[in-house]
Amino acid sequence: MKWNKRKIIDRVMSILTAACVVIAIIPLLSILYTVIINGISAVNLDFLTQIPKPVGEAGGGLGNAIQGTFIVVGIACLIGLPIGILAGVYLSEYGQNRFGRTVSFVADVLTGTPSIVAGMFGYTFIVLYFGSFSALAGGVALSVLMIPIVTRTTEESLRLVPGSIKEASLALGIPKWKTTLYIVLGTARSGIITGVLLSIARISGETAPLLFTSFGNMFWANGLDKPISTMPVQIYTYAITPFPDWHAKAWGGALILIILILILNIGVRFVTRRKYGM
Amino acid sequence: MDRAKLSFFRIIRSKLSGDFIFEAVVGFFALCILFLAFLLFRELFIESGLSRNSFGLGFLTTSTWNPVSEVFGALPFIFGTLVSSFLALLIAVPFSLGIAIFLSELAPEKLRTPLSFIIELLAAIPSVIIGLWGIFILAPFIHDYLAPPLSTYLGFLPLFQGPMYGGLSMLTGGVILAIMIVPITSSVSREVIMTVPTHQREAAIALGATGWETTRIAVLPFARSGIFGAVILGFGRAIGETMAVTMVIGNSPRISESLFSPSYTMASVIANEFVEATSKLYISSLIEIGFLLLVISFIINIAARILVWKLLNVEGGGVT
Repeated sequence: MKWNKRKIIDRVMSILTAACVVIAIIPLLSILYTVIINGISAVNLDFLTQIPKPVGEAGGGLGNAIQGTFIVVGIACLIGLPIGILAGVYLSEYGQNRFGRTVSFVADVLTGTPSIVAGMFGYTFIVLYFGSFSALAGGVALSVLMIPIVTRTTEESLRLVPGSIKEASLALGIPKWKTTLYIVLGTARSGIITGVLLSIARISGETAPLLFTSFGNMFWANGLDKPISTMPVQIYTYAITPFPDWHAKAWGGALILIILILILNIGVRFVTRRKYGM
Repeated sequence: MDRAKLSFFRIIRSKLSGDFIFEAVVGFFALCILFLAFLLFRELFIESGLSRNSFGLGFLTTSTWNPVSEVFGALPFIFGTLVSSFLALLIAVPFSLGIAIFLSELAPEKLRTPLSFIIELLAAIPSVIIGLWGIFILAPFIHDYLAPPLSTYLGFLPLFQGPMYGGLSMLTGGVILAIMIVPITSSVSREVIMTVPTHQREAAIALGATGWETTRIAVLPFARSGIFGAVILGFGRAIGETMAVTMVIGNSPRISESLFSPSYTMASVIANEFVEATSKLYISSLIEIGFLLLVISFIINIAARILVWKLLNVEGGGVT
């Protein structure tokens, strides 16, 4: 093979673009590395099961924040999943009209809602109405982010169901709604679950929507109408203090959060690859 | 049950078939999506009324932000948001393009899926954790290793003049935003590039073009508008991004020429000051900033999706 200018340029561009990939991966590796190194020394059983201690006192943990994150994300799921999944069903099965296309477009645009704006909505809609920061307001704010994601992923996985399966069911005299409910949803189940899990992974790490909705709390949760502690907000609160001891706790919280989210993400990819292999 | 009642239910039943009820129920939930978008705008619009009435359009052009004397102008935050987001694009777009080209055209087949998965994994990391890393790793790095050469060699530009306090600066904010938008910009660009018809490539290859020449002549011109859409989508992300930026940009409401000085963005002023805001006018002003953010990001997202959809030409689109 003779080397001329064109081949050299070709090789140089391959190397340059590959370098872009390598450079883009460096921050990811650095983040994972620092979170693991700094986090691992902070995490122990007390860290997972106790509530925070005042500054200066050693010990204490993020137990209440872990509990709170599960509660707030749970509320978001209770609100967001029915709306998201059923709207997705409409868009895929009945949405071949102007209304359906509009909803689909709006849902797509809503996925770009800045998370801080979702928090503001939770504040004006729930906090102002009830007059107090609350777990409920946090859940509502997160559901605003969750609904469009679940709608779009549900719509897309239902569209992957082959028409022949639906037709076979309809030909047996099964009404369309039963076909949709039992056959189409059943076939697309793993796709929908994937979308749901990814949206949960996305919202469990959100901080901005919770700052002035669920706020924070140094104690165990005591009601959905009260402020509640969550992991992302607790990490943020610890991170911006000047105390090294609290910095260590922030890293510990980051490690727990990142493990939860990566398990959801990587787990999902393996499940889907098996199901929808290319 | 008496006969009349029974026949009434029979009529209702025949009119309300299962299909009709099911379609009405799921249709109602689809309507909820439109209602949600409407509510978002309505809530923020109403709650920002006090601020709009007090300051009018001057809100956008006033650079004073003084909670004590209750004079609020959003200019420093609009400035901070725009400059940090443009800076992020300036850094992220070349990288994203390189990544998209490599992963769709030039890389060995086997590497493509795992590498793009790893790059997209970055998007899954919560922004508060990226901010934590930003405070303790990135900001010191920029302060110690990036700022000194910039001020030595490019110090004649006002952009790189003045001192940098501990690395919390506009520059650090821009870099962290760049890191955060690379996954979306590169993956959408990659999807767009992959939709370019194979015969485009084959024609170039048949003429003896090398891999890079094929990309440059036959693929990129075809994907241009979609790539532009991907860039705008990244810009939308950068504008709305809150936590990581708040943690590294320094949070000081001033307009400075230097990228080394601290700044403030629309999203971070809300994150920082909303809970402490005491007066009604203060809260209302912050909500107006949120409303502006919502409007801007909606416009950006609509523009981006139209550009990308046209190219992907998939029923209902397929980009998230």
